Amino acid sequence: MFSRAYRIAITLPPLVWVILFLLLPYALLFCYSFWSVSAVQTIIHSWTLDNYRELLRVNVYLQTLFRSMWIAARVTLFSLLLGYPLAYYLSFYAEKRKEFFYQLVIIPLWVSYLVRAYAWKTILGSDGVLNTLLQYVHLTSHPLNFLLYSPFAVVLTLTHIYTPFTFLPIYAALEHIPRNLIEASHDLGAPPLQTFWRVILPLSIPGVLAGATFAFVLSLGDFLAPLLLGGPSGIMISNIVVSLFGAAYNWPLGAAISFCMLALVIGLLFFSERLEKRWGFR
Amino acid sequence: MASAIHPEVSAKTANPTTRSLLSIRNIGKSFGRTPVLRSISLEIAEGEFLTILGESGSGKTTLLRIIGGFETADCGEIVMAGERLDRLPPYRRRVNTVFQYYALFPHLTVEENVSYGLRVAKLPKEEVAARVEQALAMVKMSAFANSKPAKISGGQQQRIALARALVNRPRLLLLDEPLSALDANLRRQMQVELKSLQREVGISFVFVTHDQDEAMVMSDRIALLRMGELEQVASPREIYDRPATVYTAQFIGHTNLLRGEVKGGIARCHSLSWPVNLPDGPVLFSLRPENIHFAAGMQGAVKFRAKLCSQIFHGATELLQVQCTDGLMLSLRTSTRASRDEDLDLEFLPAAAVPVRESGQGKKRD
Repeated sequence: MFSRAYRIAITLPPLVWVILFLLLPYALLFCYSFWSVSAVQTIIHSWTLDNYRELLRVNVYLQTLFRSMWIAARVTLFSLLLGYPLAYYLSFYAEKRKEFFYQLVIIPLWVSYLVRAYAWKTILGSDGVLNTLLQYVHLTSHPLNFLLYSPFAVVLTLTHIYTPFTFLPIYAALEHIPRNLIEASHDLGAPPLQTFWRVILPLSIPGVLAGATFAFVLSLGDFLAPLLLGGPSGIMISNIVVSLFGAAYNWPLGAAISFCMLALVIGLLFFSERLEKRWGFR
Repeated sequence: MASAIHPEVSAKTANPTTRSLLSIRNIGKSFGRTPVLRSISLEIAEGEFLTILGESGSGKTTLLRIIGGFETADCGEIVMAGERLDRLPPYRRRVNTVFQYYALFPHLTVEENVSYGLRVAKLPKEEVAARVEQALAMVKMSAFANSKPAKISGGQQQRIALARALVNRPRLLLLDEPLSALDANLRRQMQVELKSLQREVGISFVFVTHDQDEAMVMSDRIALLRMGELEQVASPREIYDRPATVYTAQFIGHTNLLRGEVKGGIARCHSLSWPVNLPDGPVLFSLRPENIHFAAGMQGAVKFRAKLCSQIFHGATELLQVQCTDGLMLSLRTSTRASRDEDLDLEFLPAAAVPVRESGQGKKRD
């Protein structure tokens, strides 16, 4: 339909972009993961599987990876528990206030991640808003220390940051449910709750899966929240990667860990894609 | 459509009884400040096929949705078998609906769609299976039990929607323009099937359509709705032969409108005159094109002479436009061709000219 030159002209720029800024760096990283570092901290360009062996041998890497997954799982769960009812309310009951509430969900996305993370710091710290309040009303006599610099703080912050990401696909899925299906369900004798379980929930599953994937993948790779609010017990896998590429100067090991995570995430995306297809009907 | 879904009623050839099933009393409804229905009262008999006919915006779908429970009326009441229906939520009404675009659940198979109502009602598994099988056989869709709705055609989806509603054995079935999405041939076929199915199950059908022909073919009675008011409620034959208003006469079939005057038992319209049994005053008559004939000397017929203006071939009939010697234009339907050169001698029986009211007369509209 289009001339050959035209087709090349429109496909070339994005192709170059992807190759230059995505595939090449990944390829380089992939190579790094099979190289090693000498005692004087130079990269030895000979192939070895040592980095991957190291990764499996030293407990802290796997432990941190599992902790990261556990944190990401909790973030996913909580942001679904917050995002779904919100999306449900907006889609079915908000009516004229729909646009307003929608903007309320979107606006925080315009605020820098860092600002939002620091906001939680001022809320959760030992002199923070929450502790001051709790002491003021005499619920506690000392500041609660587990609030900040803990996995709790990380889960809370990440949930706050990623709930819009679960909300949006769920909201889109709910908006796409033809309203006459809900009427049909009522017509066939199903009260609202049964209609929810039998019709609305199954039809919104693709949105839930997409939202859960967002929340899980994004929070799994997060390093700012654990850095600012996690403390020693809230370290996540990305923090280790950051330090390996920085102070520790062990790029090959860092690359190996990165690649394991990449493989994990790609596997996850693939899996959720399959699930979404299985639950998609049109 | 072989096996009967209602063994107890299928035995009799369900002629509509005169026993009233549903009473609609003074139902009114506005959307914002726009009135959609104004004081609608209507009785629906057991086993009756009633069609609510009207143009888009006449309020016909709103009326159906009020019966189904998807809209609340501003005033009036609906009583079914002695029980106030309009106070129940839709899921407690023994009424089922066939929606305009079928509204089949896309995540469920045909079988799961049809069994939905029975499963919600928590009927025993064996009974559910038996009734679903019966319902699918009734609409000739047994072979598609395990298909998803997206995989079957529009006409097939239509049948499933019907089976899904009828399997619950409702007292009343509401159908919201169920055939409008089908192509013309399939539509005619479904009209016949739907009508015979209704006779078979003996359930009252309330059928909403904007298609006059569809209404004529299928209904026991037609309720013609115009701008939220009932224009006329009568059998198809009566509504066609004896339209009460100008709107009815023009909306259902073609007609000639003759404006004239009655004086001393004689109606005059242009140069035509015939005896009538009406009070003096201005009057409007509806004269169907097929009731004007070539003169054959019928007893008491009104005779006149006219010139042929145009002739349109309609297959079985010809539609002629003629101009009477006094300038009056009439259309008439015949089975024979007329020649253009000579004047035509025509006639009609006085009884064929039906006096009609101006629509909305006597009632102030805003």
